Amino acid sequence: MSLLLFLAGLPTAAAAAYLLMSSPTGASMDALGGRELMVQLTYLASSVLFILGLRSLTKPDQARRGMQLAALGMAFAIVGTLLNSGILTYSWIIGGLILGAVLGYPLGKFVPMTAMPQRIAFSHMFGALAATLVGVGEYYHSIQIEGAAGIERFKMAAIGFEVLFGSLTVTGSFMAFGKLQEFITGRPITFKGQNFFNLLLFTAAIGCFVWMIFNPFDVRVFYVMLAAGFAIGVLMVLPIGGADMPVVVSLLNSYAGLAASATGFAIDNNVLIIAGALDGASGFILSIIMSKAMNRSFGNVLFGAFGSVVTSSGKTSEGLVAKSISAEDAAVQLAYAGRVVFVPGYGMAVAQAQHQVRELAELIEKNGGEVKYAIHPVAGRMPGHMNVLLAEANVPYDKMYDMEEINDSFHETDVVVVIGANDVVNPAAKTDKSSPIYGMPILNVSEARNIIVLKRGMNPGFAGIENELFFDEKTNMLFGDAKTSLTKLVSEVKSL
Amino acid sequence: MTVTQIIQLYVFILAGFVGYLVITKVPPLLHTPLMAATNAISGISLVGSIVLAGGQYGTVATVLGFIAVVCAMTNVVGGFIITDRMLSMFKRADSKPTAPQDTTGGAS
Repeated sequence: MSLLLFLAGLPTAAAAAYLLMSSPTGASMDALGGRELMVQLTYLASSVLFILGLRSLTKPDQARRGMQLAALGMAFAIVGTLLNSGILTYSWIIGGLILGAVLGYPLGKFVPMTAMPQRIAFSHMFGALAATLVGVGEYYHSIQIEGAAGIERFKMAAIGFEVLFGSLTVTGSFMAFGKLQEFITGRPITFKGQNFFNLLLFTAAIGCFVWMIFNPFDVRVFYVMLAAGFAIGVLMVLPIGGADMPVVVSLLNSYAGLAASATGFAIDNNVLIIAGALDGASGFILSIIMSKAMNRSFGNVLFGAFGSVVTSSGKTSEGLVAKSISAEDAAVQLAYAGRVVFVPGYGMAVAQAQHQVRELAELIEKNGGEVKYAIHPVAGRMPGHMNVLLAEANVPYDKMYDMEEINDSFHETDVVVVIGANDVVNPAAKTDKSSPIYGMPILNVSEARNIIVLKRGMNPGFAGIENELFFDEKTNMLFGDAKTSLTKLVSEVKSL
Repeated sequence: MTVTQIIQLYVFILAGFVGYLVITKVPPLLHTPLMAATNAISGISLVGSIVLAGGQYGTVATVLGFIAVVCAMTNVVGGFIITDRMLSMFKRADSKPTAPQDTTGGAS
């Protein structure tokens, strides 16, 4: 709790300093009038509530209440802004708020949990679009009223940053959305000289940015920069494969936050700076966690085009035979097992089999077995994807274990059931130096006494790498759609 | 640079540190709700959008501001609702409801 107070104190102190700084008499710093003071205090309150809200996410049982506080903080910020003396007409604002609420409600209420990754990518696009438009509007407005005095460099830098990061996040998020929704292929799209071309474009965009700081009246350069930002977003996500999406989605989350922060610098607003910095930090940390869980650097994810290097994969499956198992036999194994661990992967999400998983787990528990869920950080298409799906199916969260928590107990597990996971359980990550995933931390599934793998067929996983685990003598393959297989298992266990 | 701008940089850096300290403690279990939550909070761009839409800076600025208000408000409303919906699903084994509700969301 003391830490909490300390944390809450930091921006409070900073903001208080800001308020105090503006009160002593100075040429350009007059004391705040009553109304303006009210506005600033609501912003201060909402900043604190945002931090408390995010802080509450460290404890699952307090998270809901905490996020309600954050929502209250947002309401404060909106009300505070409406009090702003610079606002002359309310009709467009009210119209926009109502339309936004009408659009937002179904996006929050009815989007199924299975569609969460694309839903998140989609809303990054909206957030970034808002920041970009504010940047463009602010620039447009500034060059119209500020006359020959020009836009101050610091402000121009903030607007430039906002527009550049905002625009690349808009198109980048749209591409991520397309890949996750699968109207754009999930395979990496590459062309010759791609990295060179991207680098060139990026340099050009930075060039425009720097140019604008010193020549803010060069409107054409401003729009070239905007266009370059949009193009970079598309080209940045184009070569990234579906399995790398957790990193990209996190990174775009970070960019959307930074763009909001830059808006705060451009329009002198601390709550925007604070909220944007919090979002930026969050997305950045998540992308680092995701990259680590894949044992790859940022640069490698962004420029590596993982899927295109399949040919370098060391071992092939030639001469090896995977044993398949019938649902009846698998059911017998599970019904009498003492310790069972489920390992869900993207395949479970695709088949939407989480409810059947829970049903099977409950049957095993009824027979006296103990069931746990082992979740790899990059299983699925976004951070925490599997947890949300399982929680939706009423799996209690205290049965979900992170990789570090469960990896040492696989050797005392009777049966591991792998449901549509592949690369995150591939022992080649530990044993085969020539494998592209060598060094990636994996779930030690192969240490278990028995392994049942639910899989549609023998296709390699998203990274296109053969998985030795499937040919292990302890492993039995149960082929078929995960949902169908699990439904069969459930009825077999019931009839035993 | 003015004093205000220096202070803004302080605010940014310190808020970044706070974000870092808080978010490194969020367990992987709640990483998706965290993304949804930061998404909702990034709707704070609404503050800038509202001023742009209502400031009578000319038609172009008003239209840009209006679109920005719609986008940001969509994120705010949708983001907070979905975060709450998600968090309401995370339950411990002992506090489980007597009859587990069945497949409403995932079936579609």
